[in-house]
Amino acid sequence: MTATRPSARSGVDRPAGPSPLRRLLPGAPAAAGPRGSTLLRHLAGAVLAGTLVVLLTNQLAPYQNLQVARVCAFLCVTAGYTVLVGLNGQLSLGHGALMATGAYTVALVQRAFDERGVQGRWILPLSLLAAVAATALAGLVIGLAAARLRGPYLAGVTLAVATLVPAISTIFTGVFNGEQGLRFPAETPPAFLGAYFQPERWLAWIALLAALLTVLLLANLVRSRFGRSLRAVRDDEVAARLAGIHVARTQVLAFVVSAGCAGLGGGVYAVLTATVAPGKFPLELSLFLLMAIVIGGLGSLAGAVWGAVLLVALQDLPSLLTETFSLPSGLAQRLEGNLALAVFGLILIVVMLAAPGGLHGAVRTLAARLRARRRAH
Amino acid sequence: MDRFLFLTFGGLSTGAVYAAFALALVLIWRAARVVNFAQGAMAVATAYVGYAVASATGSYWVGLGAAVLAGLLLGALVERVLMRFVGHANPLNEVIVALGLVLLIQAVLGMVFGNGYRPAPAPFDTDALTLGGIAALSPYDLWVLGAVLVVVVLLALLFTRTPIGLRMRAAAFAPEVSRLLGVDVGRMLTLGWALAAAVGALAGMLVVPTGLGLHPHAMDLVFVVAFTAAVVGGLDSPAGAVVGGLLVGLILSYVTGYLGPDTTPLAVLVLLLAVLLVRPGGLFSSARARHV
Repeated sequence: MTATRPSARSGVDRPAGPSPLRRLLPGAPAAAGPRGSTLLRHLAGAVLAGTLVVLLTNQLAPYQNLQVARVCAFLCVTAGYTVLVGLNGQLSLGHGALMATGAYTVALVQRAFDERGVQGRWILPLSLLAAVAATALAGLVIGLAAARLRGPYLAGVTLAVATLVPAISTIFTGVFNGEQGLRFPAETPPAFLGAYFQPERWLAWIALLAALLTVLLLANLVRSRFGRSLRAVRDDEVAARLAGIHVARTQVLAFVVSAGCAGLGGGVYAVLTATVAPGKFPLELSLFLLMAIVIGGLGSLAGAVWGAVLLVALQDLPSLLTETFSLPSGLAQRLEGNLALAVFGLILIVVMLAAPGGLHGAVRTLAARLRARRRAH
Repeated sequence: MDRFLFLTFGGLSTGAVYAAFALALVLIWRAARVVNFAQGAMAVATAYVGYAVASATGSYWVGLGAAVLAGLLLGALVERVLMRFVGHANPLNEVIVALGLVLLIQAVLGMVFGNGYRPAPAPFDTDALTLGGIAALSPYDLWVLGAVLVVVVLLALLFTRTPIGLRMRAAAFAPEVSRLLGVDVGRMLTLGWALAAAVGALAGMLVVPTGLGLHPHAMDLVFVVAFTAAVVGGLDSPAGAVVGGLLVGLILSYVTGYLGPDTTPLAVLVLLLAVLLVRPGGLFSSARARHV
């Protein structure tokens, strides 16, 4: 998928503009515009989306703002995850564990400063950066192994990683405080916003900034030469190799990028409650994340947004049901948690069987069909 | 030395269960080229059925029979209703559907039976008999080893000595040719899934009383260990699965005994990675060329 040179052997005149091959490739740059316009377009989109969400947070109640913040934290993770699974074809089940890595890094860094009595606004970005770095490093280690593994083998290894979280936190109880987990100072709004500024709104803004940065970075990465390498490796390793792509390096790099995003998301997720505990990162979390990217459509960043929203919305479903229908407490207790699990599992199966492209893929197929019909007329 | 022997016998007993589990994985892999990530959850579901029947009838053996029967049905159902319709465009699809099934089964179990632990009494004494002053196997360990041995022998006989076994092997190795020769490949696939799920159900019934307890997530770690055992033996080899299961059981028994139970998941990961990176085809594979 390197630049297509006009081939000497075909005597046919090539049409001006992008080559037919390029137009056929999914996700390849459509109209060849001037360089940098993709970045500008994405930047404008991010600023617009950011402004809208900020305006929205001004209208919402504290709990709803916290939900917005959770959506944004999950979006960091799902965006990176969908690039790895959908565009590079590596199925990792360890992204819950990677989130835990980011979350614990934030907690440890913040506690380290707190114990020495150091305070300041810069501690939060620093701890999040540390979370990204630590998780990217973990991703490098897993990715190096993953580059040699395929399909179900990789899924099995990363599943083993996901079962590690509680074990690690109990083995090193001195550092991670076992099942209890760690607390660290809660994030408060800065003074210039006024004394009565809603803390949840501030948290939502932090998470939003993280999500926008992640999606912006990934959107450009996906459209770049590296993004095309990712897809080439997924579709045919031999062909990619022949085209001059270093297969193993591409796979490892994809894992590192994806892990870094998961670390950022995990870190923000920890900041929202100012606590981390192994119970927050069970095996199902990784499966929830998988559901989120499958339902949105594997490999689609817009789908990652759908997924993150549904992830948060569906987790609140049981409590909503019990409140609306005033279920007996025994039944409510059994539904608690399990109902969301069942719905997630069903969605995963039904989407995989009926619409493997996910919601976003279904919408896109429909749009393409309409366009084709219009062209036919 | 006493401790070493004790851990060895304990490792063989748990290893036998892992071997049965790994065998279930290998059966499906050979038949359909799918690693059934829902194997653990399916085994838990059948164990719930087994113990519900056992406590209703008062007989462990009726419960065991019910669990194996439930396994046969569940396996056939999963293949007929789900796996048959999964698109093969992407090799990840089957794994993702199986993972969805895990969520669904665990949630349904939690809703019907509750998320708490349920008692699962063992049919035999689980205290170890002392042999010449050394704590060796308990009667329950002997039953586990015996049951797994019988299953392995029966499966070997089925696949090598019966016409249906021959047809199943043919359908797995050359589906097109077998179809031309009149083998109902689809039915063989269903049968393969049913058999594998029944073996998994037996393994689940055997492993639950050994300090694991019965709850919806009982098999999460067991599945990872069984996957490791199957990979150690090579996913294609039933004999390898049995040896791999015993080997992994022994190694984990030593690790748990000498380093503490918390280190078990770490040991599983290290073992799995070591085998996959050094001998990706398992310990019993012959060298095979890889494309890239």
